[in-house]
Amino acid sequence: MTAPEYAGLGGWTPEKLGVPGEVRPVVAAPEPVLSRPGPEVDPTSPEVVRLAADLVATMRVSPGCVGLAAPQVGVSAQVFAVDVTGHPKAVTVHGTFVLCNARVVEATRWKAGREGCMSVPDLTGDVKRASRLVVEGALPGSGEPVRLVTDGFEARALQHEIDHCAGLLFLDRVAGAHAVYQRQVYL
Amino acid sequence: MNELAITVIGRDRPGIVADVAEVLARLGANLTDSTMTRLRGHFAMTLICVGPAAADVEAALAPLAADGHLLATVRAVTPDGGSTTAGEPYVLAVHGADRMGIVAAMTRVLADAGGNVTDLSTRLTGSLYVVVAEVELPSGSADEVAGRLTRAAAELGVGVSLRPADTDLL
Repeated sequence: MTAPEYAGLGGWTPEKLGVPGEVRPVVAAPEPVLSRPGPEVDPTSPEVVRLAADLVATMRVSPGCVGLAAPQVGVSAQVFAVDVTGHPKAVTVHGTFVLCNARVVEATRWKAGREGCMSVPDLTGDVKRASRLVVEGALPGSGEPVRLVTDGFEARALQHEIDHCAGLLFLDRVAGAHAVYQRQVYL
Repeated sequence: MNELAITVIGRDRPGIVADVAEVLARLGANLTDSTMTRLRGHFAMTLICVGPAAADVEAALAPLAADGHLLATVRAVTPDGGSTTAGEPYVLAVHGADRMGIVAAMTRVLADAGGNVTDLSTRLTGSLYVVVAEVELPSGSADEVAGRLTRAAAELGVGVSLRPADTDLL
């Protein structure tokens, strides 16, 4: 991956994908695709562009959903959508975006927080995540490299989705034997 | 001073903890370490207390169990539960499709490596089975244990992770 020339998304919006997204069914653990590391993708391929649009469409119709990764719609690939807009815990917000082949390049200020997941609908868990985060990846469609600097809730969402692409669930990172909870509230 | 291990388990209802704790307080039994939780609609209490003779506590708890909905056991134990060697703290997480023998296979790997489980909980939700265990491993053994756990998990078709426990202190 070449070094990105700027930080941020450079005005990217899902409309730039140029295709309407379709809502795909979301799979739940123990579906094996969720535990398989996804391969890197060609972010310019039509298939990835369609997948990106579908992830955004599926995320938008799912109440309370702030991120959705390709394995959650049954596709083993390093692609995910995030949108924490309007979330009360969010500080930095980049709006709706999709990243391909994303990786964490800097992670600091680790903090514990409660996480849930559409693919683990009945449980939540306490997970420590970096609250200051730098992520590099590529935008679907143009394939442009991007570098995102974020924090707090958006940083947590990004780490959760990057984990999905690596075949990991929040259950793999819970803090201890009493850090998994039956979900009390369904959005 | 007698040290007692007490278990109470039964169909959950309001007041189980209060009923048991009142009996213990009346007998002068000092409740030390305990864990009390609801497991699939059953309320389970496991506790250590010091004070009276086991037979006295057993007799005092008997009326609570008379309706057949609670089961209480009391036994005298060695104070401090004997010695345990502290190792390096790790958290083991296993998740996958529910099947027989997941806990048995994974904890056998830990035991064969000299690992000591200090806390463990399991949850079954739908067809998803989740095990999270806190374990002390002999110094320097984690990589080898992780490899064995991965092989055992692959045979069971489940996922496993072994990570150092967070030991941050303020």
